[in-house]
Amino acid sequence: MWGEYLEIIWGFVKAFAVGGSICMIAQIVINFTDLTAGKILVVFMLVGVALQGLGLYRYLVEFAGAGATVPISGFGYLLANGAIKGAEKGFFGAFTGALSAASAGISAAVIFSFLMAMFFKSKSKKN
Amino acid sequence: MTGKNRENYNKNYIAYVNSFDPPTQHFKNCFRAFLVGGFICCIGQFIRIVYEKVFGLYGDELAGLVSVTLIFLGTLLTGLGVYDRIGRYAGAGSIVPITGFANSVCSPAIEFKTEGLVYGLAAKMFVVAGPIIVYGVLAGTAVGLIYLFL
Repeated sequence: MWGEYLEIIWGFVKAFAVGGSICMIAQIVINFTDLTAGKILVVFMLVGVALQGLGLYRYLVEFAGAGATVPISGFGYLLANGAIKGAEKGFFGAFTGALSAASAGISAAVIFSFLMAMFFKSKSKKN
Repeated sequence: MTGKNRENYNKNYIAYVNSFDPPTQHFKNCFRAFLVGGFICCIGQFIRIVYEKVFGLYGDELAGLVSVTLIFLGTLLTGLGVYDRIGRYAGAGSIVPITGFANSVCSPAIEFKTEGLVYGLAAKMFVVAGPIIVYGVLAGTAVGLIYLFL
């Protein structure tokens, strides 16, 4: 009974520590270089792809849950993981696997952004 | 004023201006990024647990719907103008989580709506997120092909 609650709380602690650390590494990179937000996102996504390509990122996901999947490196993990799973089915799977795995995220981003753009007006930069 | 003098003058001027620039507060920046980034991940973890324990989802569907929910929250906060304020406080803590990706799609879509639905909203939507998808597909497919031939 209490063990289950403790496990859930421990899961939050791990997610906070790992997710926060990934963001802090990004902030350190921004502080010491002049990379813009877009480039940071691309770099961290590619790091996620590379780590999962080497088979390492999945251990971080197992350990930290959302702490590893919510940062953009988790998006890279998703792409690489989809491609690897697809590759088990053959050439076509390897070709389509990456985008198939990311389709939920990309569809959601497009659909919700379109709807929000219909509903909201651009806020002035001042507020 | 000769060319060389002017160059010196500019250099002196830039040094003078820089001396008034507040120094980057590395420690404070990093702490805020850690705090906000960790907090957003905890929201993700919370949504994950709710979907898992209450709705009984699992596997790819669970992970996908958690992302979809976070992206929805990111676009909603962008539309309300809240996410920009979080971003000013948190720096990378708001850029790196998937909500930052949603913000990078939604923000230009809202801003360029006035330039039309096709060349404004739709074309500008991927001004920041486009490169992520381009290099993500290239790198992901490369990984897939490497696994195929190994």
